[in-house]
Order: sequence, then C-alpha cells, then structure tokens
Amino acid sequence: MSMIFGVPLAVLFGQLLIGIINGAFYALLSLGLAVIFGLLKIINFAHGAMYMLGAMVTVLMFDAMGINYWVALFGAPLVVGTFGVLIEYFLLRRIAGQDHIYSLLLTFGVALIIQGVLINWFGVSGLRYTMPDVFKGGVNLGFMFMPYYRAWVIVAALLVCFGTWFVIEKTKLGSYLRAGTEDSQLMQGFGINVPLLISVTYGFGVALAAFAGVLAAPIYSVTPVMGSSTLIVVFAVVVIGGMGSIGGAIITGILMGVIEGLTKTFYPPASSAVIFLVMVLVLMFRPSGLFGKEA
Amino acid sequence: MTMMKKLLTSAIASAMMAGGAQAAISNDTVKIGYLADMSGTYRDLAGPNGQKALEMAIADFGGNVNGKKIEVVSADDRNSPDTSSSTVRRWVENENVDMVAGMVASSVSIAVSKILEENDRLGIISGSAASSITNEHCTPNHIHYVYDTYPLANGTASAVVKEGGKTWYMLTADYAFGHSLESDVKNVVEANGGEIIGAVRHPFPTQDFSSFILQAQASGADVIGLANAGADTTNAITTASEFGVTQSGQTLAALLLFLTDVHALGAQTAQGIQLTTGWYWDMNDETREWSDRFMKETGVRPTMVHAGIYSSAMQYLNAVAATGSDDAQTVRKQMMDTPINDMFAKNGRIRVDGRMVHDMYLAEVKTPAESKNEWDLYKILRTIPAEEAYRPLSESKCKLVNN
Repeated sequence: MSMIFGVPLAVLFGQLLIGIINGAFYALLSLGLAVIFGLLKIINFAHGAMYMLGAMVTVLMFDAMGINYWVALFGAPLVVGTFGVLIEYFLLRRIAGQDHIYSLLLTFGVALIIQGVLINWFGVSGLRYTMPDVFKGGVNLGFMFMPYYRAWVIVAALLVCFGTWFVIEKTKLGSYLRAGTEDSQLMQGFGINVPLLISVTYGFGVALAAFAGVLAAPIYSVTPVMGSSTLIVVFAVVVIGGMGSIGGAIITGILMGVIEGLTKTFYPPASSAVIFLVMVLVLMFRPSGLFGKEA
Repeated sequence: MTMMKKLLTSAIASAMMAGGAQAAISNDTVKIGYLADMSGTYRDLAGPNGQKALEMAIADFGGNVNGKKIEVVSADDRNSPDTSSSTVRRWVENENVDMVAGMVASSVSIAVSKILEENDRLGIISGSAASSITNEHCTPNHIHYVYDTYPLANGTASAVVKEGGKTWYMLTADYAFGHSLESDVKNVVEANGGEIIGAVRHPFPTQDFSSFILQAQASGADVIGLANAGADTTNAITTASEFGVTQSGQTLAALLLFLTDVHALGAQTAQGIQLTTGWYWDMNDETREWSDRFMKETGVRPTMVHAGIYSSAMQYLNAVAATGSDDAQTVRKQMMDTPINDMFAKNGRIRVDGRMVHDMYLAEVKTPAESKNEWDLYKILRTIPAEEAYRPLSESKCKLVNN
C-alpha cells in the first residue's frame, strides 16, 4: 500500500471523508452564527446551547410522543427556532444598537441558564436515541466502512447550507433582509416590518443550529453539555471565514473539518488546537478573515 | 553530636505536636469538603449525588462525632487542577476543612493531594482512576478508596487477552488518567503474551471519535482498548458500533465504564462488553438495601463511586470517633488499623501507600433479554481477590514504602 508520511493512502482517504462529514457539521453551525452576526450584528453565544437543544428536543419528542426522526428534522428546528424568536423579542431587542459585548454577554448568560437547568433535569451521561432503521449499516468503500447515516449527514447539511446561501444572497426576501439591517428606518419607510424580520432571522439562525443538533442526535451522546465545546470551535471557524460572510462560513466549515481530520491522523494530541492555530495565522495575515470584506 | 541533637529535638517536637493534635477535634467541628465535577462530563458518576451519599453517611452516623458537629462544604472542581487547587487551599487555610472527599479527575486529585500534604490534612479520593495516585504521587495525606487503573487493566485486559485478543490498539484520553491506564494495560497485555500494536492519544474531551475509530480499524488489531472515561467512552462505543467495528471481527475493551455510562448506552448497544468494577448495586441484600435508600434520595442507582464515598465517610467518622481527634495522621493511622467490612467491601484494608485494597469484580453487560429493568445491567463473572487485583507493594514506587 502506498504511504504518505507513514500513513497508508487508504487511511488518508478515509480521514479526508470523515473530515468532510465533520466539516458539514461545522458548516451548518457556523452558517447560523454568520447569518445572525452578518445580518443582526449579534454575537450569539447561545448557539451551542441551541444546537444542544435541537438534539435534546429530538430525543424528548421521541421519548414522550414517539415522534420519529423525519418529523423531528423539521419539528425540532421549528420548536427551537420559535424559542429563539422569543429570546429575540423579550431579551435581545432591548439591547439592540448597543456595543457587541452586550449581546455576547446576554446570549452567554442565556446559554448557561439553559445548560444548567437541563443538567439538573437530565444529568450529563447522555440520553439514548436510536438511529432510524433506514440508516442502519453502511457500505464498504474499499478504503473505509461508510455508515449510511454519515453519508446522509453530508447531503442534508450541504442542501440546507446551499439553500440558506441562496435565499439570503439571491432572492428578494434575502435582499429585504440585507437592506433591513443596513438601513432599518428607510426599509420601514417602504412599509416593511423590520422588527419582525429581525426576530425571524434570529429564529432562523438558531433553527439552523437545532437542525445540526437533530443530525447529531443519532451519532453523538445527547447531553446538556454537548454544545459548549463545539461552540468555541465554531466561533473560530466563523472568525477564519470572515465574520458575517455566509458563503465563507460554509466553505471554511468544511475546510476546517478536513484540517482537523488530517491532524487527527498525523498528530492527534494537537487536533483540538489546530483550528485555533489556523485562526491565529489568519488573524495575523488577513484580519478580516479568508472571505471577509476588508474593513 | 549535632545530628543527634537535631533528631532529638525533632522527635520531641513531633511528639508534642502529635500529642497536642490528638487531644481534640479542631474548632469543635469535623468539617468535610466535598470536591467533585458537579457540571461537566464526570458529573453523573460522582457529582451532586456523591454529596447525597456523603450526607447519608453523616446522617446514619448520627449527625455528630462525640458530640461535636459535622459540617459539609462542597465545590465544583470543573475538572481543572488549577480551580481545585485554589478551592482546597482556601478550604484548608481559611475555612478549617479537615478532610476532602469525592475527587474525580485524576489530575485534580494529584494536584489537591500536594496541597493536603503541605497543610497536613486528609484527602479520601473516591472517583479517580490513576494508579499513580498511590504510586509515584503518593503522600502520607491521602487515601485512594474505590478502584484504580491497575485492577481495571488486570481484570478486563487479562480476561480479553485470555479469550484470544492478542493484538491491541489503544484509544487513550490525553491526560494523567489515560496515560496511567494505558501503561497499566500495556503491562498486563504483554505479561499475558499479547502486544500493543498502536495507540492514539485523543484530546479530553472529544465528541467525534470517527477518525480515531477508523485508524483503529485500519490497524487490524484484534482488540480496540478504550483508555478513557465518561462521555468519551460512550461516544467511542457508539461510533464503533456505527462503523461496524464488531462486524469486522474486532473486539472493544472499555477499561473504565461506570454504571451511569452503561445506563446511558443501554443494554442494546452495550451488551456483552466486559468491564471491571469495584462494586455493583445488585450483588447482595446489603448492597441492594443501601441502593434502594440511595435511589429514594436521588432517583438513580448508585455507581461504585457513590457507594465508596458513603463507605469511606463512614470509616473516616468511625476513626475520628475512636481517636477523638481530627488530626490527619492520627485518623489515617486509625483507618489503616481498621479492616473495612460494610456493604461496600469485605476485609478491605488501607495500605501504607494509601491504597484501599478490596475485592474487585469482572462483570459483563447483560443482553436486553436478560436485563429485567433499566438498571439491571451487569452480571458478575468473576471476583478478583484483593491481593491479585491491586499493584503489590513490592512493585511500588511510593516514597512511603521501603523497597
């Protein structure tokens, strides 16, 4: 078997694919953050908690009401998105226009409260969620065993990412959104309900995180703490991509998944640090991020 | 001559100190500090329910020692040696804490035991795993009560090697505990004629194990050894089953699994996994009786750590009552002199290095058909006698052992 730096080529292919799968998660999560920051200028530290809520709601809906995975795929983001709209309406709206640090602290506080309450109820050992039968098993690709579910994760995440990018950058609704945050008074003058637009946008960004949570439920331990470590990495991804750049967040998410995957192969102990190393380098040489517009 | 004089004065001084301390319970209060992960990955195996176990012990003891009150303070160690060190320093230096109980992450226990040694207070570690805690990191100020990585390796790894799992690939949590467990496993596997053919050290904590499982699969090893704990282990097991590890003929050996982990995985996913445990709630009438009371308090079945916290607190309070003192050395000596016979252990004893040695058990997770309820999870395959389970003192690197 041919080797690259002592790693068989087949293993390397496998790791690249795994990297893309994880990158799909990062893309989905950083996309939501980028939408919220890019359009609303809110630094949403509650994003990890919303991801976790997406997964928890999926499990709880199944346990309590027998609601299956396919319904949860839409239902959980809807529930969490609505919760997001309420947070925006009752809390975030009150600090609109203030310095970024206020939204950061407020959302961080909200995240800690949600996480703390759920830890109190459910502990941290994790809730069980059985994978839907269609996804059981996998296919042998020759260089690795590819579980069907992981393939589905890539497809679902990329579809949602592309759809979001398309709506915001290419449709009329997207142009309203972008204009509404650019000059809300003018937009209101044109008869558009800007506060509603903002609430819905926040709810949508949060729903994206919840969608990632539903995708994660069958393969990771669903616990109230699952979002806290993911959040920091996802923030680094957004910074690398350029704060607020929608397309940048998607591409960088996948790229970072691959870089992390390769680090896990060549030098595993550094795998939790490598994304931050990239972030430092990017900030040094391109402070506005890979895809950010120069300030 | 000067040497003689020095010896003499220090002997007199220490006799006076010991005499002074022996006389009474400091501040007329026995104060116990409970330190554990209250909110992170290791919360469920000890955490707030461990504090309940401690409080149960105090209530069962009667709420006071020789008429002096017993107080409990608690703190979240946040799995951070730094945070824990400053907490314990405050406890012993300003708040007159006599004994620190709980302690989960091995790195926390090692850091805290140094502070306890400096201040001559007692620590009873129930949650940690690293066998180095009573080996190279031993102090005259702590006791390691429930289990450690030596019997984990000894029990599970030797059983798996004897069943034909000769070549091993290790997935190791990259900190004190994982390193300690990995090296203990290596010794056992090699002693039984097996071989470690590869290892990967993963960051603690890790959510996605797919990359590491893939490497382990590519290694072609008979056995994938998991030298990690808590959510890391459950995540690794779930991912392994997703990636068809067992179908491809490899065996998983989870070296440290707590009841709460197995409960989270469920019998369906975890069935057939062998593990080593220091205690199980459903072993006999005594364990069941205590577990029922614990469940009434907490709503869950106790882990071996919960039971160990109760048992060790009981032993501690008995020793304080017997000596009439809360001085660390006096109490520790009394505890070493008293064999432990309760619902947790039979003929357990505390050695000079601080290791409490008692029988350990090799267990197997029941199949869904065998499991009668959600907590009916283990069947005990074998009792590993105390003297076989733990590292013999003759191999010890502890400074308190004369080798």
